[in-house]
Amino acid sequence: MDLFEYQGKQFFARYGIPTSPGGVAETVEEAVRQAVAAEFPAVIKAQVQVGGRGKAGGIKIAGNEEEARAHAQAILGMDIKGHLVKRVWVEHASDIAKEYYASYTLDRSAKLYLLMLSAKGGVDIEEVAATDPEAIVRRHIDPVKGVDREMLEEAVEASGIDAEARQGVADVLEALYRAFVEGDADLVEINPLILNTGGKVHALDAKVTLDDNAAYRHPEWAEWAKTVEYDGRERLAKERGLNYIGLSGSVGIIANGAGLAMSTLDVVNQVGGSAANFLDLGGGASADTMAAALEVINTDENVEAVLVNIFGGIVRCDEVAKGILEALNRVELRAPMVIRLDGTNSDLAREILAPHVSPRLMVEGTMLGAARRAVEIVNENKGA
Amino acid sequence: MSIFVDETTRVVVQGLTGGQGRFHGLRNRDYGTKVVAGVTPGKGGTDVDGIPVFDTVEEAVAVTGANASFVSVPPRFAGDAVLEAAKAGISFVVCITEFIPAKDEAYFFNLLRDQYPGTRLLGPNCPGIISPGKCNIGITSGDIALPGGPVGIVSRSGTLTYQAIHELSQQGVGQTTCVGIGGDPVPGTSFIDCLAAFEADPETKAVLMIGEIGGADEEKAAAFIAENFSKPVVAYIAGQTAPPGKKMGHAGAIISGSQGTAKAKMEALAAAGVVVAPNPTAAGEAMVEIVRKFA
Repeated sequence: MDLFEYQGKQFFARYGIPTSPGGVAETVEEAVRQAVAAEFPAVIKAQVQVGGRGKAGGIKIAGNEEEARAHAQAILGMDIKGHLVKRVWVEHASDIAKEYYASYTLDRSAKLYLLMLSAKGGVDIEEVAATDPEAIVRRHIDPVKGVDREMLEEAVEASGIDAEARQGVADVLEALYRAFVEGDADLVEINPLILNTGGKVHALDAKVTLDDNAAYRHPEWAEWAKTVEYDGRERLAKERGLNYIGLSGSVGIIANGAGLAMSTLDVVNQVGGSAANFLDLGGGASADTMAAALEVINTDENVEAVLVNIFGGIVRCDEVAKGILEALNRVELRAPMVIRLDGTNSDLAREILAPHVSPRLMVEGTMLGAARRAVEIVNENKGA
Repeated sequence: MSIFVDETTRVVVQGLTGGQGRFHGLRNRDYGTKVVAGVTPGKGGTDVDGIPVFDTVEEAVAVTGANASFVSVPPRFAGDAVLEAAKAGISFVVCITEFIPAKDEAYFFNLLRDQYPGTRLLGPNCPGIISPGKCNIGITSGDIALPGGPVGIVSRSGTLTYQAIHELSQQGVGQTTCVGIGGDPVPGTSFIDCLAAFEADPETKAVLMIGEIGGADEEKAAAFIAENFSKPVVAYIAGQTAPPGKKMGHAGAIISGSQGTAKAKMEALAAAGVVVAPNPTAAGEAMVEIVRKFA
């Protein structure tokens, strides 16, 4: 789960990471109230999970109530790269002396945690990494051993961060590590981490990704989960317990297993088509699961053919075939279906499906053959 | 021969009394695997279809001589279960549990690496391992595998592993060992670990490798192959059309920025002399062709 900036700051606050005083607002009047409370000058920041909001006009400084009202009016409801601004974060504007960068994440390659620290903050870190890699200090951390003050102070010094900010930055790094580990985050990033003209170090932004697998030990996350934005289909799929990702093509995909589903997307593409979605049924492929999958795919108006790709291991293909037929009794499918069943009891499955074969329900022996047939259906529609 | 597990492997199932543990544990035994014990705290002294259940792995090892473990417990208990097996001296642990927090994985991976170097962990979130005709630990359907070699399989995906096994078996090409390393961010066993073992196994003549988007393990495997691997390798990478920033089912299958794309992995493997196939069927066909040349 990716947190909005204001949620990230709430998260940081729990671990003692200093941020500017402020509040979140969903309406113009609320934003003005927050600005007054934070004291002017106040900064009004669009809450969207996409980079470049400053350039898009989503961050403005207000010197008084009137300006706060005008900015909030402009920003709330704004579209930033396809993201609708539903909330703004309002905080007291900081007098920035210096901008730094700090983050912790998991380095999958090293199988260790990774601290990244730079005296060059306030800009896209990937850009810094590309143009000036020396400006980023990287330190691996063994999860069993954790961090110690000495190691953090060494990293701060190596980063070239200004002398007057070093203690403050090391403090933040200590707290941020706790937030990363105890808070079960996949990523905690502060960019910029600032030194203000008063000599204090604090977080001006917060980028936090939480590990959904750890939700069971964080009941407090429920509040944030409410604001996660799905499109309608993704929400429906989630409610049905399906692993679904919407795409923009015309072949609806249903497969069992994440690898096979991904592979089905690849094969559809290789035979000249494009997938409308990724959908992994998971281990089971019962009538209920299949009906739920068909229901989700049915709501996608771009779908012109549905490709079911099942490899039976422990799941027996004959049971899957029965499940498909039962599901088709419950859900009227918007597009023709091509089925490929292979593996355990696939012969039996084909016998079960044989009497039902029609231009609306086709059976193919191989993954490649099924993909070709599905793409043919789409192409015939285009010709007609 | 085979790698990691064979007919002498003696398996304790941690979580044997649970639904999944019982289902797969008994299937593994039916396949011919020596499933010698189960462990469920508080249920010591009972049995599951004749398999004795113990309170701890240590007891199970002492009484039955178990040397491998099959961990089938819920995510919140999985880390402790893996460590318990390592402490009891188990040398090969297969953990099929899905949805374990990444921090827990990183923690027990490093703890094993530092303090229990004699224990190899396969998984988490993996389908398991099968040395056809000898030993099957995990959820793979044994019926589709063909004993006798000469191909070793290593894969990040479950159903794609079955697909690969099936493509080969149908053509009469057997397997030495099929290893599902799993789709999580911190797998206990990597492609390189499997490749090194296959290199050392005289009966494995070629390796079929199935990777997917995310991480850099395939790139590292490519570097390893170029330097250290003498046998033919065929590879397929799933997710060639996956969009960036979306987890494709597996927690580890995600393109972050320009990192982890299928294209980069395929290019690295091809540069290392690997035959890179566009889809699983083509990979199977390429492998069959290679094996036919041995005959």
